[in-house]
Amino acid sequence: MTPAAPAETRQVRPVGPLVIAIENVTKLYQMGEETIHALRGVTLSIHRNEYLAIMGPSGSGKSTLMNMLGCLDTPTSGRYEFNGHDVAAMVDDELAEIRNREIGFVFQTFNLLPRSDALRNVELPLIYAGISPHERRDRAREALESVGLGNRIHHKPNELSGGQRQRVAIARALVNRPSIVLADEPTGNLDSKTGIEILALFDDLYELGNTLIVVTHEESVARHARRIIRLHDGLIDSDGPVL
Amino acid sequence: MGRILYELTESIRIAMAQIRANKMRSALTALGVVIGIVAVTLMGTAIRGIDIGFNKSLAMLGSDVLHVEKWPWITGEDWWKYVNRPIITPDNAATLARIIDATPNSELEMAVYVSGRGSSVKAGSLSISGVYIFGTTGAYGRVLTADFSDGRMFNDAENDSAKQVCVLGFDVAQALFPGRSPMGSTVAVQGQPFTVIGVLAKQGSFLGLFSFDSQMIMPLSAYRKYFGVRYGNPEIQVKVRDKTRMAQATDELIGDMRRVRGQVPGEPDNFTVNTSDAFKEKLDPIKKGIALAGLFVTGLSLFVGAIGIMNITFVSVRERTKEIGTRKALGARRRTILLQFLIEAVSICVVGGTIGLALTYVLCIGVKAAMPAFPLEFSVNLIVVSMVVSVVTGVLSGFIPAMGASRLDPVVALRYE
Repeated sequence: MTPAAPAETRQVRPVGPLVIAIENVTKLYQMGEETIHALRGVTLSIHRNEYLAIMGPSGSGKSTLMNMLGCLDTPTSGRYEFNGHDVAAMVDDELAEIRNREIGFVFQTFNLLPRSDALRNVELPLIYAGISPHERRDRAREALESVGLGNRIHHKPNELSGGQRQRVAIARALVNRPSIVLADEPTGNLDSKTGIEILALFDDLYELGNTLIVVTHEESVARHARRIIRLHDGLIDSDGPVL
Repeated sequence: MGRILYELTESIRIAMAQIRANKMRSALTALGVVIGIVAVTLMGTAIRGIDIGFNKSLAMLGSDVLHVEKWPWITGEDWWKYVNRPIITPDNAATLARIIDATPNSELEMAVYVSGRGSSVKAGSLSISGVYIFGTTGAYGRVLTADFSDGRMFNDAENDSAKQVCVLGFDVAQALFPGRSPMGSTVAVQGQPFTVIGVLAKQGSFLGLFSFDSQMIMPLSAYRKYFGVRYGNPEIQVKVRDKTRMAQATDELIGDMRRVRGQVPGEPDNFTVNTSDAFKEKLDPIKKGIALAGLFVTGLSLFVGAIGIMNITFVSVRERTKEIGTRKALGARRRTILLQFLIEAVSICVVGGTIGLALTYVLCIGVKAAMPAFPLEFSVNLIVVSMVVSVVTGVLSGFIPAMGASRLDPVVALRYE
């Protein structure tokens, strides 16, 4: 993949209030006899309006950190606060609530419901949020229009190209106006041209004031962000702005 | 509140889409439930049919009539207690009737003696065997539960003068006088001629054991002359004034009969007062036992259907693990996922149950047309019960896999391929 040159006009927007505060977080997995230290003590804060990339080779704890940030998983030890809520102490349904309201997920494999059209896919988080059908439809349509799919709302996933599918997924991530958008290898399943388009869309979302966290192993993708965190063996290797 | 409603409608929508997407699989799974529901509901109609037939039979005995007899209607190993009792005689009946008349505010209205036996009856070249012929007095007309389709009961004058007249049951009249009225014709019993003065309307059989239509009634005086009253099982039928006071009436009758028989206090009754209620009480546990056994056996087939539902729900959860992960990531709670799979299981069950119920209905109509005597009764209750059973089956069989789905770790589920 040819690295896309970051936009010349790129600018770092001033960051907002603290969203995520992680302190000395560890995560242990039991794999049979063996205990795996996926995270060995990670400290990290993320503010509103940041564009952050998390990088690292496989086995670095990158996925574990992403699951943690996405409130899909809780730490073995350490402190994790999301908008002031103590996530580490939360039970399943409370985590679901946080994910629904605060986090928009973008997956490498899109994870759209195959039998539902774009509109229904985007509506899904709003159903779980208890929004009325009428408002749901309006907001889902708006979100699809904002990613340039206003004319594709009744297409099923298999009637859309890979890039379009990822746009539907991004619309779904944005529809409930989350505090952060968490993207896991968002271009991993796309050809390079489409990948560049999606990254351009991310740039736009950042300009519009969204908070983006992209997990990737590709330098070219990471360089779109304004800050890069590199993990190695369950520890933060480096954390700094993109120069 | 809105949220639960939206989740519910979403779950129903998903369930329908899922069933449509896996037509064959859903159909085969539903088939198990269809068979189960057909078996259970057919059993239900049979139980109800038996019940209705049973009540009809009891009504033939007359719900306001007490029967004074030597033997209780249902005896077991205690038969030896009754065998040496004296036989009921016409004199007993006459004395009893006098006592009843002399009792002020009696619970009892009247008593009539009945004695009968089996015999064949002839008319011209036609003959019918196994007819229950019995002699009684004109008062019997007041305890008779059947209607007259033609003619009348003989009166006391005809009885007193030993007139050779008779009333025929429906089947007897049909057999001896096919296609024409037997009124005024003569039938022969043991070579004795009797003139037909009445015909009874069709009554049906008692518990399918013997037919109330295969009978012939004649004046006691004539019966006594030719057949005697020393044998068989003669009885006194006693009509009660108020059906709701059967217990008091029975007590009074027992006291009266003890006077008739001249029994001293402390001596056990040497007769039995039989009532259709007591008969019912004796038979009810048997009926219930049959019903329970039947429902248990047919319930097993529904159980097999339920296992099919459980199995398919497990498969469905397994297939859609990644979808469950996605839904959880987007904010679906445990309850939401649980509901989704439960509704899917219940939907298949309800579809199967509805088809099963429709099949049962058609079968009932078919059986009724082909074999009218077969006791099947379809009812509105059955619809409600089988729908409830379907839903409960769906919930019970879907619960374990749905619970498993709701408890999936989203990280693991998302990674599942």
